[in-house]
Amino acid sequence: MRAFVSRDMASVGLGADEVAAALIAAGVEVVRTGSRGLFRIEPLVEIETPDGRVGCGPVAADEVAAVIDGTHRNRIGDVAKLPFFASQQRFTFARCGIVDPLSLADYAAHGGWIGLDRARRAPPAEVVAMVRESGLRGRGGAGFSTGIKWQTALDAPGDAKFIVCNADEGDSGTFADRMLMEGDPFCLIEGMAIAGHAVGAARGYVYIRSEYPFAIETMRAAIALAAERIAPFALEVRVGAGAYVCGEETALLDSIEGKRGQVRAKPPLPAIAGLFGKPTVINNVLTLAAVPFILANGAEAYAAIGFGRSRGTMPVQLAGNVRNGGLYEIGFGVTLGELVDDVGGGTESGRPVRAVQVGGPLGAYFPASMFDLPFDYEAFAAAGGLIGHAGVTVFDDGVDMMRMARFAMEFCAAESCGKCTPCRIGSTRGVETLDRIIAGDRPDENVALLRDLCDTMRHGSLCALGGFTPFPVLSALDHFGEDFGAADIAGPVE
Amino acid sequence: MKTEDPRIGRVRALAAAYHAPDGLLPLLHDVQAAFGHIDDIFVPAIAEALNLSRAEVHGVITFYHDFRRVPAGRHVVRLCRAEACQARGARAIEAAAVERLGVAMGATRADGAVTLEPVYCLGMCATGPNALVDGVPVSRIDGARLDRLAAEILA
Ligand SMILES: Cc1cc2nc3c(=O)[nH]c(=O)nc-3n(C[C@H](O)[C@H](O)[C@H](O)COP(=O)(O)O)c2cc1C
Ligand code: SF4
Ligand code: FES
Repeated sequence: MRAFVSRDMASVGLGADEVAAALIAAGVEVVRTGSRGLFRIEPLVEIETPDGRVGCGPVAADEVAAVIDGTHRNRIGDVAKLPFFASQQRFTFARCGIVDPLSLADYAAHGGWIGLDRARRAPPAEVVAMVRESGLRGRGGAGFSTGIKWQTALDAPGDAKFIVCNADEGDSGTFADRMLMEGDPFCLIEGMAIAGHAVGAARGYVYIRSEYPFAIETMRAAIALAAERIAPFALEVRVGAGAYVCGEETALLDSIEGKRGQVRAKPPLPAIAGLFGKPTVINNVLTLAAVPFILANGAEAYAAIGFGRSRGTMPVQLAGNVRNGGLYEIGFGVTLGELVDDVGGGTESGRPVRAVQVGGPLGAYFPASMFDLPFDYEAFAAAGGLIGHAGVTVFDDGVDMMRMARFAMEFCAAESCGKCTPCRIGSTRGVETLDRIIAGDRPDENVALLRDLCDTMRHGSLCALGGFTPFPVLSALDHFGEDFGAADIAGPVE
Repeated sequence: MKTEDPRIGRVRALAAAYHAPDGLLPLLHDVQAAFGHIDDIFVPAIAEALNLSRAEVHGVITFYHDFRRVPAGRHVVRLCRAEACQARGARAIEAAAVERLGVAMGATRADGAVTLEPVYCLGMCATGPNALVDGVPVSRIDGARLDRLAAEILA
């Protein structure tokens, strides 16, 4: 008997290792996979049968006998038929949770390397054109056209060029990069090799945050296994050291070079003078991992899905206090309410949804009254927020939004790279000002001061850490102003 | 002359794998993995090996939250404080962890049993509150789970 059990970090956090060990002790052959992406059913065990895989989950280690004899109380059947999965459009995450992440045979059997082989038969300019026509935009947050970025690097003169994958994924509420690296690492490797061919780069780096030990291990192993397949392109993993700002692309480059991760002034663009001063394409994990699909299936197949200028799919991450938390890949245009209520199933606590933060610590908080917002870069910008890396963090009515505004300022102060005053000093002033509001000290006056401070940070910061921290703060003020009255109105800190 | 701390020779041996300034972060990770922290007395050897100034090396060590200049406790609990875990009760769990482990956030217990550190997201944001306990992920931490963890750690 063969069973599939995820070794995704979040599944392991829920006990998947113990379940796998119990299955092995019971004589079952266990294949460790990535996670399918619905954490309510993890640890998930899927048993191979002539009619396909039969899932049970969640499963505890002392329940494996019931899984084996088919009587487990959480028997699901075909996991792919659950509405959570059946309604997705999995372009990037097609293999994740299904294949053995480190099996080259599995990868090839599930459509791997078609994109790279096709790319290598075409001139670089043609590959760049395909990526541009797909409409793919950077999934790291800024939403910049990937095709235009690659074109700039292709056109830049240079004896050496680099591909850098931004796997710093520091935003709370996001885990898609991690899941892909753990569950389908060859997909990212293939995307990077395609990028190398497209712009003329022979070397690449994957910069992974240190908080992701499983992803680091899996990527290193996968790179070693795929080295021959992607040669002469060569890849290396670099590990971050716990600095959120190193997710900013120029700080990340400085970090790879062995320096403090401080933001560089632009220009020059990294595509012209990036790593070690050479033309460098720096893209997010999800951006690069979308590329094999585009090459294999054509730019039109990708661009056919989406909304407005946001083309293709987005691996949305449902996080926080949400019943069906996990990874949900879907074409742009789905509304925030569909994601939170229909897909997410509302809060896990069963209490009403009060606020949803989209796009990590620099993203705005939205109330349920704005749930008709379509998932689209432009629509979110117009609503005073951002999609960012598509983390959707749900809070129930127990949340104190004044506390969350304070946290945003505190986080900015802790993670500021220190290069510019509005961010470095402004965030500390922001914490102090919020502390006065929390203490009930002249709330009206101090709220006005806080808004001024946000304005200064918004317009005077070099990068989005200082520049966008006002999004969570101002949205909390604008949509949840009732929390900013006086301390006794806001209630005690939980 | 004072004899050299024998660890410095081991730092030099680790540094032999790296030749250029961009080897600094990987080397610092190696040193911390080997000794549990990056002692100030290692800095000259690291600087020399990579052809950097001591000030540059010191600047990098102090910039990154991961690098410690003093030893950690026998166990390290890195508890997530970021938004998605807060949405699932992480603030209360943090207060309880401080109490049950007998150590302030960001500090090491006087008897060296445990270090409690904040971490801002572990990428397990649908199943918080989360922690890495000696590198092992632990999710859905509630009072009972915390009690078991504390008992194991303080045993
Ligand atoms: C403070 C800060 C943190 C960031 N963190 C990340 C990150 O963790 N991952 C990421 O891909 N982009 C991050 N970005 C965005 C990058 O600067 C950059 O836009 C991105 O890597 C470009 O790749 P893309 O075009 O594929 O999105 C961050 C930006 C800022 C200002
Ligand atoms: S805004 Fe903050 S993080 Fe960004 S460059 Fe300025 S000081 Fe550094
Ligand atoms: S916010 Fe705690 S794991 Fe992401």
